[in-house]
Amino acid sequence: MLLSIKNLHASINGKEILKGIDLDINQGEVHAIMGPNGTGKSTLASVIAGREVFDVTEGEIFYKNKNLLRLAVEERAREGIFLGFQYPVEIPGVSITNFMRTAVNELRKYKGLDPLSGGAFLKLMEEKKELVELTSNLANRSVNEGFSGGEKKKNEIFQMAMLEPTLAILDETDSGLDIDALRVVANGVNKLRTKENAFLVITHYQRLLDYIIPDFVHVLFEGKIVKSGTKELALELEEKGYDWIRKEQQDNGKAE
Amino acid sequence: MQGALKQNITKELMTGLYADHRAAIAANDYPALTARRENAIHRFEELGFPTTKLEAWKNTDLRESFAKEYAVVLKPKQDVDVQKVFRCNIPHLDTAIMGQLNGWYVSKDVPLMELGNGIIMGSLAEAMKKYPALIGVHLGRYADTNGDAFTALNTAFSQDGVFIYVPDNVKSPKPVQIINVIHNDENLFLQSRNLIVLGKNSRLSLVHCDDSYNHQPSFSNVVTEIHLGEHASLDHYKLQSLNNESTLISSVYFRMEASAKLESHYISLNGGLLRNNIRIRFNGPHGDAKIYGIYLMDRKQHIDNQVFVDHAYPDCTSGELFKGILDEHSSGVFNGHVLVERNAVRTNAYQSNKNILLTETAKVNSKPFLEIYNDDVKCSHGSTTGQLDQDAMYYLRQRGIGEDSARMLLMYAYADEVISKIAIDPLRYRIEDMVKKRLQGELQICEACVLHCNTPEQPVEFVIDMTKI
Ligand SMILES: Nc1ncnc2c1ncn2[C@@H]1O[C@H](COP(=O)(O)OP(=O)(O)O)[C@@H](O)[C@H]1O
Ligand SMILES: [Mg+2]
Repeated sequence: MLLSIKNLHASINGKEILKGIDLDINQGEVHAIMGPNGTGKSTLASVIAGREVFDVTEGEIFYKNKNLLRLAVEERAREGIFLGFQYPVEIPGVSITNFMRTAVNELRKYKGLDPLSGGAFLKLMEEKKELVELTSNLANRSVNEGFSGGEKKKNEIFQMAMLEPTLAILDETDSGLDIDALRVVANGVNKLRTKENAFLVITHYQRLLDYIIPDFVHVLFEGKIVKSGTKELALELEEKGYDWIRKEQQDNGKAE
Repeated sequence: MQGALKQNITKELMTGLYADHRAAIAANDYPALTARRENAIHRFEELGFPTTKLEAWKNTDLRESFAKEYAVVLKPKQDVDVQKVFRCNIPHLDTAIMGQLNGWYVSKDVPLMELGNGIIMGSLAEAMKKYPALIGVHLGRYADTNGDAFTALNTAFSQDGVFIYVPDNVKSPKPVQIINVIHNDENLFLQSRNLIVLGKNSRLSLVHCDDSYNHQPSFSNVVTEIHLGEHASLDHYKLQSLNNESTLISSVYFRMEASAKLESHYISLNGGLLRNNIRIRFNGPHGDAKIYGIYLMDRKQHIDNQVFVDHAYPDCTSGELFKGILDEHSSGVFNGHVLVERNAVRTNAYQSNKNILLTETAKVNSKPFLEIYNDDVKCSHGSTTGQLDQDAMYYLRQRGIGEDSARMLLMYAYADEVISKIAIDPLRYRIEDMVKKRLQGELQICEACVLHCNTPEQPVEFVIDMTKI
């Protein structure tokens, strides 16, 4: 098993957001997480990535049979965890090229490899830029600065392609994209899918899942996974809306 | 001589020294200059050294600097081995070099040169003897001897420094670099004076370095007057990399005639206490002045940038961008004052000061200030102080970049907004390199001034090749 989350509780400033999450992901699988806004999807992604502002109060996460919670953000990243951000940060003054070169070489150092030469690095960039249809001049600009929503998301997928993670978490990469950008993003993901890696795709809408076919779909509601199924569950959700889940949860509450 | 004794610098000491040595100090003077010295020492006596009670010195306390004893130097050392002092060569940067040791102009053979294109460069003391009329038109005309105690004191005492004259319509084909090195075995109190005159429609790039070679305390009170004639253009760089025991009060007075253009870059990498008084007066319409500053301070270092721009004529533009990174117990002051006079219509002025505090003990005091006396202006000012962007840190670390590297990347990117404005490519590369090293805590003071210093065992010849100008 690649990732195993058991009874995960997490809070921020004393407020509990995740209230007992169980989730297992194997290599080669694509999992989708759906759910209404404010339900804890991004929080789950942040806790897996290791953002320090969240406190894990209970439960555990194992990744490649290692206790993930003991590792710092950058160590998790070097172990192959990638988070495509819902809101990518603008970093004025740091060019994408410089940023990726630093990241790729830190990763290589971690693996005991020599840094890439300038030429080899640029070749790699060109290759991956093509994959996500990223224009050349974008790469020379500061990270995300002045990018449109679509450019920011493409840039996330580009970085994923550069770093070739084992577990990629994509947090609402589809939000705010027009159909062309959505296709580009989905194509990028599909091209990067292998038997060795896995994806956790967080989305608010079913639309993305027409392009990235998931093996499993989970519904996150108020900090818990309340339903799991296959890709048909996404269609059912689309049809019935999140009120269906809300109502079911209320009924369950009454029954207890 | 008496002046070489180490003692506490007080008003009484300085006025006493002046009284005892006035003849020697004024030895090279033309008559009007001696009279100016006399006025200046009286004015200094009235003003005294500034204390934190004065608004302009509220956040810069000189007591620690004055607590050290210094020898006041009134004569240059006789036996300077230029090659030994400037044991350096220059990578890629092709400049005409002027050397100063402890404030005195030094050269291997010629103290003052007149070049084929009419450019004069060399020792101010020599120039006062040889070109008294030219010097007399400018020297002491722009500096504020009446209001500023350090300028008054400098005016009374200073005997030498750098003089550069670029005649009308002459464009200096390569940058001129002033290397002012402080190097001595005892604590020194120095006062040098520089005069730079750009004729009408002339052009100059000037790199001015303040540098120390050892860890001996020093106190420098340097005054520089720069005159830009009509349509003249000056690209000015001030690099400061002094040791942690040094105090530098640098006052630069720019006088800009109509349509003159100035870009000035203050790059402060090291120093115990640095005070930059930067005063610009537009003396005709359509002038354009941009002042950039970057300062990287740590330990108990202190930097104080005081920028005053006097918009006395219409249609002038001024811009200030000062950025600082303050670590450990360091402190910074920014005081920007833009005065727009009543007739200075269509003035365009902006001021921006940004600071990053890396620790809770670092502090900054920032005050951009506009004083406007007409309605037809476009002015803005702003000041921000904060920490490194934590969201950006997280983003970089999520890509596998370690915390230290991530911090470096962000600090460097922050500084780059100012560094990228450096127009001389080899200089910019060198500064980029120095800033990176400085941020990593690896910069040695002798690496400053755009010079690669060699180890003492391998003396490299210091050639002042002015024929190439
Ligand atoms: N940094 C934060 N500080 C305080 N509350 C937060 C923070 N981040 C998220 N939350 C809260 O956690 C809850 C879940 O948010 P989030 O995980 O972003 O939901 P989703 O991604 O499902 O829309 C929300 O109530 C949100 O207000
Ligand atoms: Mg979210």
